[in-house]
Amino acid sequence: MWEYTDKVNDHFKNPRNVGAVENPDGDGLAGSLACGDALRLTFKLDDEKKISEAKFQTFGCASAIASSSALTVMLIGKTVEEAEEITNKEIIDYLGDLPKQKVHCSVMGREALEAAIYNYRTGKTLDRKIDGEVICHCFGATDKEIEKVAREQNLTSAEEVTNACKAGGGCGQCIPEIEEIINRVIGEEQKKEEVPKLTQLQKIKLIEETIDRQVRPILRRDGGDLELHDVDGDRVLVKFVGACVSCPVSSVTLKDVVETQLREAISDDIVVESV
Amino acid sequence: MKSSVYVDNNATTAVAPEVTEAILPYFTEHWGNPSSMHNFGGSVKRSIDAAREKVAALIGAEHPNEIIFTSCGSESDNMAIRGAVDAIGGHPHLITTRVEHAAVLGPCHYLEDKGFRLSTLEVDEKGNLDLEKLREKSMSGKKTVASVMWANNETGVIFPIPEIGTIVKEGGGIFHTDAVQIAGKLPISVRNIPVDLLSISGHKLHAPKGIGALYARRGTKITPHIMGGHQERGRRAGTENVPYIVGLGKACELAMERMEKDAQHERNLRDRLEAGVLATCKGARINGDLESRLPNTTNISFEYVEGEAIILMLDDVGICASTGSACASGSLEPSHVLRAMDVPRSMLHGSIRFSLSRYNTEEDIDDVLEKLPVIIKRLRELSPFAND
Repeated sequence: MWEYTDKVNDHFKNPRNVGAVENPDGDGLAGSLACGDALRLTFKLDDEKKISEAKFQTFGCASAIASSSALTVMLIGKTVEEAEEITNKEIIDYLGDLPKQKVHCSVMGREALEAAIYNYRTGKTLDRKIDGEVICHCFGATDKEIEKVAREQNLTSAEEVTNACKAGGGCGQCIPEIEEIINRVIGEEQKKEEVPKLTQLQKIKLIEETIDRQVRPILRRDGGDLELHDVDGDRVLVKFVGACVSCPVSSVTLKDVVETQLREAISDDIVVESV
Repeated sequence: MKSSVYVDNNATTAVAPEVTEAILPYFTEHWGNPSSMHNFGGSVKRSIDAAREKVAALIGAEHPNEIIFTSCGSESDNMAIRGAVDAIGGHPHLITTRVEHAAVLGPCHYLEDKGFRLSTLEVDEKGNLDLEKLREKSMSGKKTVASVMWANNETGVIFPIPEIGTIVKEGGGIFHTDAVQIAGKLPISVRNIPVDLLSISGHKLHAPKGIGALYARRGTKITPHIMGGHQERGRRAGTENVPYIVGLGKACELAMERMEKDAQHERNLRDRLEAGVLATCKGARINGDLESRLPNTTNISFEYVEGEAIILMLDDVGICASTGSACASGSLEPSHVLRAMDVPRSMLHGSIRFSLSRYNTEEDIDDVLEKLPVIIKRLRELSPFAND
């Protein structure tokens, strides 16, 4: 038995804005009978170009119906540009929460919205041409779709992909391929985040700054200090002065304070030695 | 939460009041260990023996000691398949069907992963097997272990176990049948049917959860999985679950006494329910072979609506049923049974199982028939595919 929030139950049992808007400005469909859930979203704009009417028709489980109902409520009063910003996460937040296996219901809401906006702008039906290679044959999900959802929602496992877009939730044969896609996406995202490599000069400056700001104040509390002696690649050579010279635990300070602070600021490869 | 109408008896049944009454003294007075030398324990042993006779009688076993008490139907299925495979040694060829319960498919797939050859038989759109295919597989030349259910839990479809057993035995194989859903509902007898191993479960026939039994015909070798005790003649070690064994015995006795009457009662109610649903709900159809079904079960698909939504709306008005549809379970895959039967995609996601028991009444059925059509109509109005 699913644990649905009161808001999900309310929107399931008392769905708002059921039906189809007459002469809609936007009309979009997401999902299919074969997949087990589908949503048709229609909306109409008023003179100020704000959505005055939004209605839905959904074939699906309780959370699919609730997500659709919530989406229509969220849409009314917004311009198309504002509506376009609504994410599946915001649909979930509006409903309080969704069980993780039901996240795909909110994704379907977002997809129907995209389709309806496309229809509004172009007058055409968003034809979800099969873009990429079909990986999950049970739910007709392609590698590009899986990649998109994995990237947008920072997914890290095949199970999360299944929860988000159903791919892999049928026979399960494609799970190894989904895992491959995820690993590739994670790798690419990590590369993006990596800081550009510092020049030796920038590195030395950063080391000096870090010692000044984060290391010296700690040592000075106990009457000690240090001087930067040299930087050789990732090897940082320092010279203890003051009370540190005769301190029996200066080697601990070297590792626990100096090296930790420098590693955090510059790179995990930093090794600190005293001369 | 009190439910007014419970029509989910293939999931579990109410413990019969007679069963509860039979069990209670084994908590309060007769709590001795049946293995003890003293009479306090010895009298408990005699109660277990009496229960064993009642279980044996229900399924027509010749000797009570062919009954091994287990903790549940799933344990019985696992013990039968893995125990028989272990006892045969080598790598016997496994045969099963696509529509088995997970407790059979689980051990079969486990063994397949370990390198055993597994043949999984298809069913047709009525849920029936092609017996020629079974014959072919049984004659593969290798020793076989075949496991085929007697009645399906989702659709109630009954397989012709006498013929199936004969075919498996002609090939020299070991034959197990999961009789969990049929035991206590229709007369079954292993006396003249070539069944080597047969599983039953207590809570499907008005005994408590936590008790089951495996019938193992004399001479059928199975390697125990719980070792380290002489209980159940060394085939399942561990001090017996005395109260529930007594309860299972009582439940089997009751089922035997009332079977004909109960089956007729359930069949009348089920037929009334089906006729009413087909007459009042648009896009409804019954799944499975209508000629060969359990009397208490009906599996109905509703076109263009989704099962979980139906179940939750039924629940809201106090009706407990279940769905084989994907969204209600953890998996996203629609019922493996209905998929195996090639139920059309438009129907696959909206299937509901109603399963009755001796305790259901005409009022229950009328209540369902009053509320269900309103729910289906409402969900069809919500659906983008149904154009009423």
